[in-house]
Amino acid sequence: MAKPVGIAGSSEALEAKRPGDVESSAPKPAKGNVLTWADDRLGLAAIGKSNLRKVFPDHWSFLLGEIALYSFIVLLLTGVFLTIWFKPSMAETEYHGAYQLLRGLPMSEAFASTLTLSFDIRGGLLVRQVHHWAAMLFVAAAFVHMLRIFFTGAFRKPREINWLIGVGLMSLTMIEGFAGYSLPDDLLSGTGLRFVDGLVRSIPVIGTWAEFFVFGGEFPGTLIIPRLYMVHILLVPGILLGLISAHLALVVYHKHTQYPGPGRTEHNVVGYPLFPVYMAKAGGFFFVVFGITVLMGAFMTINPVWKFGPYNPSQVTAGSQPDWYMGWVEGAIRIVPNWEWHLGATTWSWNIFLPGVGLMGLLFTGLGVWPFVEQWITGDKSEHHLLDRPRNAATRTALGVAGMTWYAMFWIAGGNDIIATKFHVSLNAVTYVMRVAVFVAPVIAYIIAKRTALSLQRSDHARVLHGSETGIIHRSPDGSYSEAHAPITTDEAFTLTQHKQLPLALEDEGLDVNGIPTGQSVSKLRSRLSHWFMGDDIAKPTPEEIEEAHHHAGHALTEGHDDGHGAVDDADELSEITSR
Amino acid sequence: MRFLSRRRRSPGAKPLTLLFALFLMGAIYSVVSPAQQVAADTTKDAQIAQGKALFDVTCSSCHGLNAEGGSQGPSLIGVGAASVDFQMGTGRMPLAHPGAQAVRKPVTYTADEIAAIAAYVADLAPGPAIPDPEVYSGEGLTEEEIARGGELFRTNCSACHNFEGSGGALPGGKYAPTLKGVANRHIYSAIRIGPQQMPVFSKGALTDADVNEIIGYLNQLHAQPSQGGFDLGGIGPVSEGFWGWLVGMGSLVGVAIWLAKKGARAK
Repeated sequence: MAKPVGIAGSSEALEAKRPGDVESSAPKPAKGNVLTWADDRLGLAAIGKSNLRKVFPDHWSFLLGEIALYSFIVLLLTGVFLTIWFKPSMAETEYHGAYQLLRGLPMSEAFASTLTLSFDIRGGLLVRQVHHWAAMLFVAAAFVHMLRIFFTGAFRKPREINWLIGVGLMSLTMIEGFAGYSLPDDLLSGTGLRFVDGLVRSIPVIGTWAEFFVFGGEFPGTLIIPRLYMVHILLVPGILLGLISAHLALVVYHKHTQYPGPGRTEHNVVGYPLFPVYMAKAGGFFFVVFGITVLMGAFMTINPVWKFGPYNPSQVTAGSQPDWYMGWVEGAIRIVPNWEWHLGATTWSWNIFLPGVGLMGLLFTGLGVWPFVEQWITGDKSEHHLLDRPRNAATRTALGVAGMTWYAMFWIAGGNDIIATKFHVSLNAVTYVMRVAVFVAPVIAYIIAKRTALSLQRSDHARVLHGSETGIIHRSPDGSYSEAHAPITTDEAFTLTQHKQLPLALEDEGLDVNGIPTGQSVSKLRSRLSHWFMGDDIAKPTPEEIEEAHHHAGHALTEGHDDGHGAVDDADELSEITSR
Repeated sequence: MRFLSRRRRSPGAKPLTLLFALFLMGAIYSVVSPAQQVAADTTKDAQIAQGKALFDVTCSSCHGLNAEGGSQGPSLIGVGAASVDFQMGTGRMPLAHPGAQAVRKPVTYTADEIAAIAAYVADLAPGPAIPDPEVYSGEGLTEEEIARGGELFRTNCSACHNFEGSGGALPGGKYAPTLKGVANRHIYSAIRIGPQQMPVFSKGALTDADVNEIIGYLNQLHAQPSQGGFDLGGIGPVSEGFWGWLVGMGSLVGVAIWLAKKGARAK
C-alpha cells in the first residue's frame, strides 16, 4: 500500500517574491528569437527537420493537382467575401438597386442580394466572377489531374485508397459546383434546379418522395435555396477540406511517384527538396493561379445573372445549359429517346433515369473499381512508385482515351443547340449523329489509341536495337540507299527498357499432377482478360538482342545490311560520311 | 328679265342654253368632285403597277404570277404589307437559295421598291399594314415599364431567342435569329405577323404597349455596356465552359510546363 505523501510546508514556487529579492541563477531563454519561442511551444523544428527537406520530383504534369488545390483556396477566399452580402432566402422582395433594367420587379431575396452584390458592392461583381471562374478551373483541374493519374498508372498499389478519395473528391466538386450555380436564383439556375428536380423524380418508386424530401414539397418551394446554401458553404466544403487533407497526407506518406529514368527506382525519389525549391515554385504557382482567375474574372463575363432575370417557373431561355462539368449529363438526357413505362399508377422515366442517374453512377463506379479490376486482371500485387509511360500500358491507355471520347460525345450533345446555330446545321441531325457517336466514337478512339501505343512500343524497340535516325542517307557502290543510325545513350536505352512486362495469366484449373489444389487457379475469364490487357504488347528487347544489335551495328557500314538500316557508331566514320 | 324672254325664240337659244347647262354642270362638278382622291388614286395605281412589275421579275418565280403561291413558295394573298416590309426590309426576300429558313442578309432593294411591292401585295387582299412609327418607338418609357418589358421578353421570347436575344436553335435546321441590330419596326412586325417559325402574337396576347415595352427593353439591353467584361457571345454556359478550358486551363498548364522547366531541374 502506498502511503500518502506528506504535504510540503513550503516550496520555492509558493514563496512570494518581493522587490529587491535576488533573482535565481536559472538560465534565461535567448531574447527576441521568435522561432525559438514558437519552437518551444509548437515543436516546429522537429516537424521541419523531417519535412522541409522532403524531396519531390519535377514534372509539369505533377502540377495539375496543385491547380485544383489553389483554385480551391481562391474559392474559399472569394466565397467568404460573397457570404458577407448574399442572403440565402426565397422570401419575395421588390428590387430597387442600381441595375435599371430589373427595377421594380418582384424577386427572391437571394436574387436581389446577388444583384446588389454585383452592382452596389465595390468589387462585388469581380469577386463573384473570380469565384465562378475558379470553380470552373477547380473541377477542370481535378479532371485533368485524374487523367494524369490514370494514364500513368499512379493509382496502383499502394495508392488505391488515395484514388478512391480522389474519385470521392471529384463527385463532391460536381455537387458543390452545382449547388453554387443554383444559389443566385436567376432564370438559369432555376432552370438547372428544375432539371435536377426531374432527375430526382425519375428515380423509380421513391422518386416523388425523394423530390418532396429535397424541396420540402412541390418544386420550387421556399426551402431549396437555404438548404443548398448550407450544402454549398458548410457541408460539402467541410468534407472537401477533410478529404483534401487526407489526399495530401497520403501523398506525403506514400511519397510522390516519379517517371522512370536512370537513377530512379521503386525505392527512391529523385527530385528537389520542398525547402527552398518547391516552396518557391508552389508558392509562386499559387499566385499565378490566383492571378489568372482574377484576370478571367475581370475580363470574361460569367453567368450574367442580371440578363437572365429572376427565376420564374413559367420562363425559360434558349441556351439553358449547366456549367461544363454537368454538361455530359445534360447531353445524355438530350439525346436519349423518349423511353417511359406506365405500370399501374407508376411512371418509370427511363429517358431521364438511365442517362442521368445511371450514367453518373456508371462513371464513378467504373472509376472507383478500376484499380482493383486492373490488379485482378494483371495479377500484379507489387508496389509501384515508378509511373507507367502510357504507351507501355497500351490497353489501359486505349480505355482511357475511349472513356474521354465517350465523355466528350455526351459533352458535345449537351451543346447540340449551340452547335446547330453556330455551324448552321440541323439540330435533329446533330442529335441523331450524337446518338450513334456515343457508341461508335469510343470504339474508334480505342482502336486508334491502342494501335498508336503499340506503334510507339515498336518505335522504342527499334530505337533501342537500331539507334536513332541520323538523317544521313548513304548510297552504296551498287546504288542502294540506306539511312545511317547512331546508337542511343545508355541512359535513354535504360528509360526505354526499364518497364516490367508481366507474364500473361494462362488458364489453370489449380490442380497439380495428383489432383491436389495448388491455390493458383486462373479462370478462363481472367486468362482472356489478361490476354486482352497485355497480350498485344511488344516484347521489349532482351539483353542478348541488344548485345547482338550492337555487335551487328559495328559491321553494318562495312558489310552492308539486309534490312535497310545502316549504323554509325564511330565519330570519324560519321564525319567522313557527312563530308562526302 | 326681258332680255331672256324676248330672245327665247331666237335660233341660237337652244344651243346656248345647252352650252350654259353644260358649263354649269362642269362648274358644279369641278367644285364638288374629290379632286385629291383622283390624284392619289393615280399615284397608288402607279405604285401598285410598279410593284406588280417588280413582283413579276423577282417574286413570281416562286410565289406565282398572281401571288397565288406554288410548290416553291406560299401564297401572298392576305399576308399584308407588313409581311413584305419585314421579309424584304430585313433582306430575307428574295431568297438567295432554298433552305430550312430564309436568312437575314443585306437589303439590295430601295425603300421605294419595297413599298411598291408591299402596296401590290396589300392590294390583293386585306392584311396587316405597315405599323405606325409611334407604336414601336420604344421611347418615353419609365424604368418600371422597361423592366416589365424585360419580364414580358423572358416570358414570351427568350425560350427561342435566348435571354439576351442572341438567338437559338429550332428543329430541322431552323432557328430563332438574333435580335441584335434588328430595327424596331421589324421586331414589331415580326411579333404581329409571325414570320417563318415564329408564332403570331395578336394584340389580344401582347398589346401595342406591351410590344413597345419589349422593344424598349431590348434597345436598352443592347445599348448598355458589358458590365462583366467580354460577353463571350452571350449564349450561356457552353461558351463559358469552352473559354474557361481554353483560356484558363490552357494558360495554367502552360505556366505549369514553364515552371517545371525553370531553375532546378531533375533530369
